[in-house]
This record gives sequence, C-alpha cells and structure tokens, in this order.
Amino acid sequence: MIVYWLCFILFLVGLYGVITKRNLIKIAISLSIMEFSTFLFFTLIGFREGGVAPIVDPADPVKTYVDPLPQAMVLTAIVIGLATTAMLMSVIIRLYRKYGTFDIREIKNLKG
Amino acid sequence: MEVAISIITGLMIIGALYAIHAKDLLSAVIACGIVGYGLVICFLLLKAPDLAIVQIVVETITLIIMVAVVLDSSREERYLKPDPQGYMSIVTAVLLIVVLFYFFRLAAASLDVFGNSTLRMADAYLERATDRTGSANLVTGVVFDFRGYDTLGEATVLVTAVLGILTILRIKGKK
Amino acid sequence: MTVIVKKTTQLIAGMVFLYGIYVIIHGHLTPGGGFAGGVVMAGSFILLILAFGSDFMHLTKEESGSTLYENLAILVVVFLSVSGLLYGARIFFLNWLPKGTAGELVSAGMLPLYNIFVGIEVASSILTIFLALVIFKEETLE
Repeated sequence: MIVYWLCFILFLVGLYGVITKRNLIKIAISLSIMEFSTFLFFTLIGFREGGVAPIVDPADPVKTYVDPLPQAMVLTAIVIGLATTAMLMSVIIRLYRKYGTFDIREIKNLKG
Repeated sequence: MEVAISIITGLMIIGALYAIHAKDLLSAVIACGIVGYGLVICFLLLKAPDLAIVQIVVETITLIIMVAVVLDSSREERYLKPDPQGYMSIVTAVLLIVVLFYFFRLAAASLDVFGNSTLRMADAYLERATDRTGSANLVTGVVFDFRGYDTLGEATVLVTAVLGILTILRIKGKK
Repeated sequence: MTVIVKKTTQLIAGMVFLYGIYVIIHGHLTPGGGFAGGVVMAGSFILLILAFGSDFMHLTKEESGSTLYENLAILVVVFLSVSGLLYGARIFFLNWLPKGTAGELVSAGMLPLYNIFVGIEVASSILTIFLALVIFKEETLE
C-alpha cells in the first residue's frame, strides 16, 4: 500500500512546482513529473504478484499474466506526453525570443 | 517486489524535489531525467517491457530538446523578491495539497492491495484476446483491436501537436 | 563534431534504424510495436542530425517530406479502420483478415498493418518536431 502513497506524493511534488514556481522551464519540468507519476500509478494498478509480461507463449499457456489494459493506455499516453512537452518547449522558446526572460512575472509586466 | 519499487520511487521523489528547487536550470533538467529513467526501472520491475522500451527513448529525446532550449537561452533562474502573490500561491498550494491528501486517503480504502489486482476486464482480455486477435503480444492486441478508438484518437492528437508546433515556430512564410 | 563521432554515428545509425524496423514488424510477437519502433526510428535520424550539424542535409526539404509521410500514414490508418465497415459484420475497426496461428510472423490479421503505419506516423511526427526546432534555431541565428 505504501507504493501508492509514494506515487501520490510524487504527484503532489509536481503540483506544488506548477503552482508556486515562476520560471517557465520549471513549470514544464513539474508538468512532466506529474505525468510520470500518473504513468506509474496506472502500471501499479495492473500488477499481479508472480505474474509475467503479457506475451502469450502458445506452447506453455497456463500462467499468471499482468493486466494488459493499463499498459495499453500508458503506451499511448507516453508518446502524447512527448508531443505536448515539445509543444510547450516551442511556446517557451518563442516567448524567450520575444521578451528575453523565462520569468512569467516579468512577461506579465511587459505586456502592451 | 514492493520494497524495491518503494525505494526507486523514493529516489524519484528526491530527484523531483531537487529538480524543482535547483538554481541552475541545466541541473534542474538533468534531475528531471533522474525521474524519467527511474520510471524505466519501475516499468521493468512491474513486467511492462513495452513501456520500458518506449519510455527510455522518449525520455532521451525529451532531455535533448530541453537541454537544447536551456543552452540556447539563459541558464540562471532569476531571483526576484518574494511578493504578496508569491506567498498567496504558496498558501494555495498547501491548501490544495491538504484537500487532495484527505480525498486520496478516502480513495485508498477502495484500492486493491498491491500485487492483487482484481480488475474485471483483465480476465476477459487475458482469456479471449489471443483467440480473437491472433496476436501473441496482448498489449498490441488491446491497443489495436479492443481499444482501437483510443489509438486513432492518439494518432490524431499527435498530428495536431505537430501542426501546432509548425504554426508556432514558423517565422518566414513558405514559398 | 570530430571525425571519430561522425564515423561512429555513420556506423551506428543504420543499425538503430534496422532495429526500429525489427521492433515494428515483430510487434505482435515480442515486446514493442508501432509506438516503440517509431520512436526508435526517429532516434536514428536525430542521432544523424546531432552528429553532422544542421548543414548536413537540406533540412527544409526534409521537413516537408516528413510532414507528407506523417499525413499519408494517418490517412492510411483511417482507411484501414473504415475498411471494417465495408466488409463482413460492418463494425468500425473490424479485424477481417484471416488470423493465422498465433506465434508466426504472418498472423493476427490487420494488426501488423496497423503497427507498420502507426510506426511510420510516430517516427515522422517526432522527426518533424525536431526538425522544426532546429530550423527555428538556424533561422533566428542569421
């Protein structure tokens, strides 16, 4: 049970970073950390004690397998995570070229 | 098994804390890499080799992009004096964390014990997937047959993200 | 980069590309599949671009080519999924090809086709993202 709690604490660390940090790179890193904790939680749910990876061997079919459904969901989510992180970084580099800073307070003051 | 995963998750938490509090942005990005590669080891221990292959390559590409962006601009996190808004956001974060902690404690009562998953769909997939899809790798069978809509939506999101990046980064018009 | 890095990259990049193709084609038998193999294939191109610098290839032409492949691949995936509506039980995402015996290379009906085209789609989209960032950096340096 303690694994679920540690995974949740990892999520809270990312949430704290998103809310309190004022640097755009730090916000992107915190969002990645929240993503990672969600992936870990999904995989933890599907684990079965003594199970093997969900690949069927036709010669030896009677085994305990881990649950393939959460793994399939996480598989698509990881690639989406890469695309969204790259999009976030492109927005950040564009903002840096325009304002010359990563700090969102200065960007807020410079508008107009 | 639970002990090993707990230790690695603890290391990931330490890496995440350092990534959030580091002054130098380059070391923050590399500490984010600790979390990603720790996740790869967790996937291997949890018997998910498909996810481990994808995550190790994706983490490397993400690190390359982030390091390129940081090296191309300023490395220092600029220190400004804490203002009332900063204190306000810290108070908001702590309140939100307390509320989420309470609700997770309620929800944790209904979770299964670790290593004893009792999801209903799992048995149906495990028994019939090989007969119905003919695929030895059950994850591929679920991704492209039972959950085909998810995969189609994911591919659409990927195309949309690429179009967005091309729109954001284009300076000169295409001739 | 130095000559050593360039030569080593030339030797390795082809093998990484072949490994990506292997992971995609054996996706229904071994761990891997369209997503994993596509990301590995994109990684081989990124290795080449990082080692040889940005004047190695005509990057803009490359970018329009990879965008074209990406859009064609997603179109083929949509056509494959719609083809279930035209055939047999008329269900979206129907696996209507013969299944074969599990464990052989040619088996599992439509799943290898989906694997191949999703792999092309993932590889070309990640390559497009990386090329867009590199071209942006080159253009702003001028």
